[in-house]
Amino acid sequence: MSLLRAEGIGKSFRGLKAVADASFEVPQGGIVALIGPNGAGKTTCFNMIAGVFRPDSGRIFFQDRQIQDLRPDQICAAGIGRTFQIVKPFAGLSVLDNVMVGAFLKEATSLGARKVSLEILQKLNLEAKASLPASSLTLPDRKRLEVARALATRPRLLLLDEVMAGLRPTECDEMVAVFRELNRADGLTILLIEHVMRAVMALAQQIVVLHHGEIIARGAPAEVVRNQAVLDCYLGEETEV
Amino acid sequence: MNRRALALGAILLAVLLLLPAFADSYVLSVATLILYLAYAGQAWNVMMGFAGQLSLGHSLYVGVGAYASAALFYHLGIGPWAGVWLSIALCVALGAAIGFLAFRFGISGVYFALLTIAFAEFTRIGFDHMDWTGGPGGLFIKVAQRDQIDIANFRGPPAMYYYAMLALAAGAFALCAWLLRSRAGYYWQAIRENEEAAQALGINTFRWKMLAVMLSSAMTAVAGVFFAFYYNNLFPEQIFHISRSIEIILGPIIGGVGTLFGPVLGAAVLSVLADSITEILAAFGWEIPGIKQVFYGVVLLAVVMFLPNGIWPAIARRLGISR
Repeated sequence: MSLLRAEGIGKSFRGLKAVADASFEVPQGGIVALIGPNGAGKTTCFNMIAGVFRPDSGRIFFQDRQIQDLRPDQICAAGIGRTFQIVKPFAGLSVLDNVMVGAFLKEATSLGARKVSLEILQKLNLEAKASLPASSLTLPDRKRLEVARALATRPRLLLLDEVMAGLRPTECDEMVAVFRELNRADGLTILLIEHVMRAVMALAQQIVVLHHGEIIARGAPAEVVRNQAVLDCYLGEETEV
Repeated sequence: MNRRALALGAILLAVLLLLPAFADSYVLSVATLILYLAYAGQAWNVMMGFAGQLSLGHSLYVGVGAYASAALFYHLGIGPWAGVWLSIALCVALGAAIGFLAFRFGISGVYFALLTIAFAEFTRIGFDHMDWTGGPGGLFIKVAQRDQIDIANFRGPPAMYYYAMLALAAGAFALCAWLLRSRAGYYWQAIRENEEAAQALGINTFRWKMLAVMLSSAMTAVAGVFFAFYYNNLFPEQIFHISRSIEIILGPIIGGVGTLFGPVLGAAVLSVLADSITEILAAFGWEIPGIKQVFYGVVLLAVVMFLPNGIWPAIARRLGISR
């Protein structure tokens, strides 16, 4: 059964088609990667799922409920957590307070929210920095904080927008291990946008490739990386001279 | 807030409770004014300091709150204990109207501030033409007899007003301390820091911003009721004037926006220093009109340049108190 299903969603900005007629599914408990060159429409897809943009056409189902007309906060309350590609920490608040804001979605008291948040910070190796202001974090730590905050809302589906960018290979592997564990132990379903193929290959059970707003390939990672259309869009088409 | 902050608060409260025993009427009137500004500043801080919505028109709530209770008392003899609810209801309705207009149609930042000024201004003009409240000639309620305490009508000696204002200021402080540590405080600060991220974490930003405006206006309405029964006279030109709004927000800005002690400290520093300077100049035989305003401007300039987060965060760091 699919947890998330996009049916022919499209979005244009002033006549420029960012995404056209895209359909894909994320199975319950699965990890799906959305890849493609810059400007392919990946983040636009995310923003449509997360309720930031309303699709011009098509429908989005989450747990068989239509969600394309909901606001971002309603989408989050329905069980979809997201991170931002351009990180948006609450700079004036401490790392712990940042995460607690997310935790208050399911926890009524400060005590409960604090407990949940500390557990999540531990999972992401941020507990030592819990009392620092978020503005003092390095970029990799800010990316971790994005993930921690989204996780604190206890989502069933997590949307990750390039959280590996800027991480060193070892840090990237640590992050991959965290997501694998969340997926295995908590049954968290993940849809990620990623350019770091190391992470994509290690995590994704399925890959969807976007190019110029259209899906040009989909399938298991091993198939997709050999797909001629995918190679063409990343490397350019071979032409006879 | 930790144990040191609690101890500091307790000492401050004890001193303030005992103040009327050894203060003369002049000191008491200055202290009452400081508490009034601290209370109104705290109310403004809920909106700006916590939720990040800049209001430059808080005189609207002071004025409407004051006029509603005073008019009920003047015309119908209904005391402020009943009148305050009308004041609160009217101000919450006004706050909700401003909030709805702004947040529904995406008016934010400076434009939101302009909207709050506009509401205060046209209400001032409206009251200038409202005969029931005395129009531009003002509304006067019978001056309190200083030797009698009439709790029901809130008439009595200066010490009564002082204690009433102390109770309000302490209550507002406790309320804000509690709010800051509850879900509301976290949600408001999240909205202040980054509204888009707040929304992505499941926060209905419209609803929480509305709540901040309505709570702030309700609290300020009570300040207005106090103002009416303490000063006994109300003029639209004075009470709705933008300088009244500025007076309210100077305290928190100088003390520290978004902090608990900031509004209290800012109000105290400003009033005490401004009064001392006027006194000192008077002792030299110099009576300079408007010197207070010049002084406010200089202090504001200095704080914005050297302590942009306000005085309190700098002191708190020295004392080892977290905000």
